[in-house]
Amino acid sequence: MTKKILYRGAEAEIRLSEYMGKIVVQKQRVQKAYRIKEIDEQLIASRTKEEAKLIAEARSHGVSVPVLYDVDLVKGAITMEYLDGQRIKDILNKLDEAERKRICLKIGESIARLHNHDLIHGDITTSNMILLHDRVHFIDFGLGSKNTELEAKGVDLHVLMEAFASTHSKYSNCFEYVLEGYTKQFRGDASSVKEKIEEIVRRGRYR
Amino acid sequence: MICLGIEGTAHSIGVGIITGVEGSCRILSNLIKTYQPEKGGIHPREAANHHALHIADLITDSVKTAGIDFSDIDLVSFSQGPGLGPCLRTAATAARALSLTLEKPLMGVNHCVAHLEIGRGTVRGCHDPVLLYVSGANTQVIAFAEGKYRVFGETLDVGIGNCLDKFGRTLGLGFPCGPKIEELAKKGTRYLALPYSIKGMDLAFSGLLTAAEAYVRQGKPLEDVCYSLQETTFAMLTEVTERAMAHTEKQEVLLGGGVASNRRLRDMVQTMARDRGARCFVPARDVCVDNGAMIAWLGCLMYTNGVRMSLDESLINQRFRTDMVEVSWRD
Repeated sequence: MTKKILYRGAEAEIRLSEYMGKIVVQKQRVQKAYRIKEIDEQLIASRTKEEAKLIAEARSHGVSVPVLYDVDLVKGAITMEYLDGQRIKDILNKLDEAERKRICLKIGESIARLHNHDLIHGDITTSNMILLHDRVHFIDFGLGSKNTELEAKGVDLHVLMEAFASTHSKYSNCFEYVLEGYTKQFRGDASSVKEKIEEIVRRGRYR
Repeated sequence: MICLGIEGTAHSIGVGIITGVEGSCRILSNLIKTYQPEKGGIHPREAANHHALHIADLITDSVKTAGIDFSDIDLVSFSQGPGLGPCLRTAATAARALSLTLEKPLMGVNHCVAHLEIGRGTVRGCHDPVLLYVSGANTQVIAFAEGKYRVFGETLDVGIGNCLDKFGRTLGLGFPCGPKIEELAKKGTRYLALPYSIKGMDLAFSGLLTAAEAYVRQGKPLEDVCYSLQETTFAMLTEVTERAMAHTEKQEVLLGGGVASNRRLRDMVQTMARDRGARCFVPARDVCVDNGAMIAWLGCLMYTNGVRMSLDESLINQRFRTDMVEVSWRD
């Protein structure tokens, strides 16, 4: 079948493809001509591997993610389930208040499930969440890592806070709902994570 | 409208005079004097003393160069922040004094937004860019979204210029170190691995700075360390810029700030833009670095779109964030 490009992101191309009779998504990291080969190859291989590991682990902890079918470290390609849903980025501003709150709570709960196992997504924005079968699926773990430090969890949530501020600025309470869901599900001390976020905001430049 | 702008956020004091011609900016004069520390980094008070020493002559010379009279000036604008307190206060005091003497309105403007607007105002074809603003203190990726200039990515610790300066200081290079590191890097051949630190769209440089300094202590060739430092930090900057372009779906990238003078960084951003079918703009060097013309131009834009500032509101703000500015002059 022809490989249709679904999305061309900053570092990868997402194509619709076919794998053993199923319609799948192939995430292909692309070489960047602007950076030297030494950096490029290392980044592509390590990010592909890390991403596949994180997706698999997130699923095992009950977070909705695409099913993995194949990983090719040399090509920098991951073949995974096609989620035929809606991006949270595209729908969040259109929902009514109650529904927006319900979705944000779910987002927070899922992030907590990741953080309970020290899984750091690394790029939690509403472009990286897909709503399908009333579940918020997390995609693009390309900047993710495993990290036990409080700092990493704080930064992870801070990225989402900034994404809300830039893309959903009219709905300033979204992030509070996320934190509410997070607090409910997080097994560690959620208040110390919140304090960490505040600290990160404060030490940002010109705050 | 003829506007005189005074820039004084950090090491440079600049006075520029501009006039708006059909929505674009015509620069009549743009004079800059830069404080050079004898050793170490910028000492805020000494920089402010330097600015105080030169500001009066700069204003007179700038008016003379522009070929106008003081009475032709319609507006006096100044950099209200962000920046070093003593420097900002010196520039603001000069602006207030000039405004009161000439009996012309006063306008304080955001320095970071001015870097973006001068690109839109002076570079043909540049309308709605993602700005990669790289200077000593500032490293931000800025774009217009939902009525404001928003910061899509920024440094979590030091600015890229500061990172280069700090590294250069361990080598004993004089300030600013960027151009010297650029020269050394050209002779580098071997890449030494350095931490590549991107968090979402934000960047961190302090870890790789420490790692680069460790390479120097280990006796690795300076050329290779400089080469690796540039390749790593600039790749990070370019990647974050590309992410912001993808996220905002914008087709233009603009460079600003002193580090934008670096050829290698320009090449990288140009290559990135070309590969994604976007356009890359680099303003002329004298408006890329800190300068008075950009302050004058932003002041002019704000004033002609109805913004007014009283003397009471002209207090400087060292922590004036890009996204605090209400952008009334764009749709």
